[in-house]
Amino acid sequence: MLRDEDRIYTNLYGFEAWALKSAKARGDWDGTKAILGKGRDWIVEETKKAGLRGRGGAGFSAGLKWSFMPKGEGPLPHYLVVNADEGEPGTCKDRDILRFEPHKLIEGCLIAGFAIGAHAAYIYVRGEYYNETNVLQAAIDEAYAAGLLGPNACKSGWAMDVFIHRGMGAYICGEESALIQSLEGKKGQPRSKPPFPAGVGVWGCPTTVNNVETIADVPTILRRGAEWFSGMGPENNNGTKIFCISGHVETPCNIEEEMGISLKGLIKKHAGGVRGGWDNLLAVIPGGASTPMIPKSVCDDVHMDFDSLRNVRTGLGTAAVIVMDTSTDLVAAITRLARFYMHESCGQCTPCREGTGWLWRTMVRMEKGNAAVAEIDQLLEVTRQIEGHTICALGDAAAWPIQGLFRHFRPEVEKRIAARRADAKHRAA
Amino acid sequence: MNEAILADQDKFQPAIFAFSPENAKIVEATIAKYPKGRQRSAVMPLLDLAQRQEGWLSRAAMDHVASMLGMPPIRVYEVATFYSMYNLKPVGRLNVQICTNISCWLRGAPEVVRAAREVLGVEFGQTTADGVATLSEVECLGACANAPVMQVNDDLYEDMTFDSAKAVLQALLKGEKPTVGSQAGRRGACPCCGATTLKDKAGDYVAKEPAKAAEAADPKAGKETT
Repeated sequence: MLRDEDRIYTNLYGFEAWALKSAKARGDWDGTKAILGKGRDWIVEETKKAGLRGRGGAGFSAGLKWSFMPKGEGPLPHYLVVNADEGEPGTCKDRDILRFEPHKLIEGCLIAGFAIGAHAAYIYVRGEYYNETNVLQAAIDEAYAAGLLGPNACKSGWAMDVFIHRGMGAYICGEESALIQSLEGKKGQPRSKPPFPAGVGVWGCPTTVNNVETIADVPTILRRGAEWFSGMGPENNNGTKIFCISGHVETPCNIEEEMGISLKGLIKKHAGGVRGGWDNLLAVIPGGASTPMIPKSVCDDVHMDFDSLRNVRTGLGTAAVIVMDTSTDLVAAITRLARFYMHESCGQCTPCREGTGWLWRTMVRMEKGNAAVAEIDQLLEVTRQIEGHTICALGDAAAWPIQGLFRHFRPEVEKRIAARRADAKHRAA
Repeated sequence: MNEAILADQDKFQPAIFAFSPENAKIVEATIAKYPKGRQRSAVMPLLDLAQRQEGWLSRAAMDHVASMLGMPPIRVYEVATFYSMYNLKPVGRLNVQICTNISCWLRGAPEVVRAAREVLGVEFGQTTADGVATLSEVECLGACANAPVMQVNDDLYEDMTFDSAKAVLQALLKGEKPTVGSQAGRRGACPCCGATTLKDKAGDYVAKEPAKAAEAADPKAGKETT
């Protein structure tokens, strides 16, 4: 188990105050000026060496992403945009950073902003986190008052402003190009890449979009050194991660753990185990609603990191572990997710706009058994027609949960269809 | 849009809208957050501010924001209709939103829905006859480790049960202020029966009555976890 002294988020549960004085006592804003003094290249290299992969789901190297930004200051300003539009079902980690550890995020904005040549950061917070946004704004105000932000942030000579932009209830704005559109005051509809945000981002300027947890990880990594962070977790999957454990466990919780921890160990140690014991487990969605579920047989010895989960045809995603015990109607669960994707499709690409509704309507019939067995293959074919044929990954995200269900539990659905047929015959007789 | 729907909407629509003097200051500060010439970026916060002032977002308010920001009104309507948190019709003083997505569903969201129906006497999408409360079903609210959750206006009520949902709603209807956050008495998303990490900091917040707290979160799990 990760030792308390190796935790980044020592106030994850809000046992202490979020305010500057307490945050400083926890080590935030310590030697920030010296970190900036080592220069832009050093920060980017050190973050790469630490092996910090994006915590928002895609798992792309944060340092590498920063290195795509234009070097030096050109005619266009650079921007850092922090994605706090947390909406992936099962995920609630960024909320606790915003309300209990806001100074880690703000300090991270300064350091990351400096590293990409940005003098302004916009934190895009989902609209439902209204109270959390107020805490974050109060923390930003504290940072300005203490000279940690502003024209000469931390007396480093670097000017840095941090602003909050609130979303208003659209899951799709968690996709970086949709988020940029939304920040520009438009509908949150993704746009094709390239050009990538590092070239053409918000207001047409070079932009880096990072997840809250990624940015909030950075100050501690740079203070303690790349080797400390890369010394944790399996190769290429380094560091610690906040896991959100929900569903059928004894004590659902958020917990910061080492990457690569076994799923079984994670649930047993921190979530009090599966309700009714490990043998009562049916399946787990390991990385938020968009990642395919895995059955108990896979859960028995899978480890929680990007590569291990990819090897079992799912993903770490946002590390939102959704546990389902044997009482769960998995078909109903996936039908609910299908409805979610239908509701959240922005409607721009035909395969997603039409397909997500098609998937949901078919799943509703599958749930009741009111379908033909041959329709299962048709359903899967539709998921493949959506997957990879849309501008953004929402289409993929709508396809994967259904594919995961049938990959591991197809006989269950076939049984339902057979049962309904038998029932109809019985009634007719 | 057919005429009946338009007529239905028109009966609520006020003729004019203006920001209060207090809010006018916030408008200025909000526009100043964005680079010069990019004032259009302020459309979402200004629509939200108008909604907070009026309780909902009228066409007059949208038109007012459009003229303030130099935007064609249609671009503002596009934004207002795209994002689910803008209420284009009046809602009750209590905007009750229940998440029924997967994590909440697994931990008893249907029970919270049942409690809300019982207390408010309305279905999803409806407002009580006295106009006090509006009930709706929403997607993930982002508090999944504290599921099931219910949001009323800006506040999240977490770790709900049938009984606690009823109690919270009844208190709100009476104009009281029930405790916001976990109804099982835990801090944040800390494991219910005491922290497994950061124990030295837990201090007062280790659930004083873990058995009771666990029971409130999940009656079936209560006894085994103590």
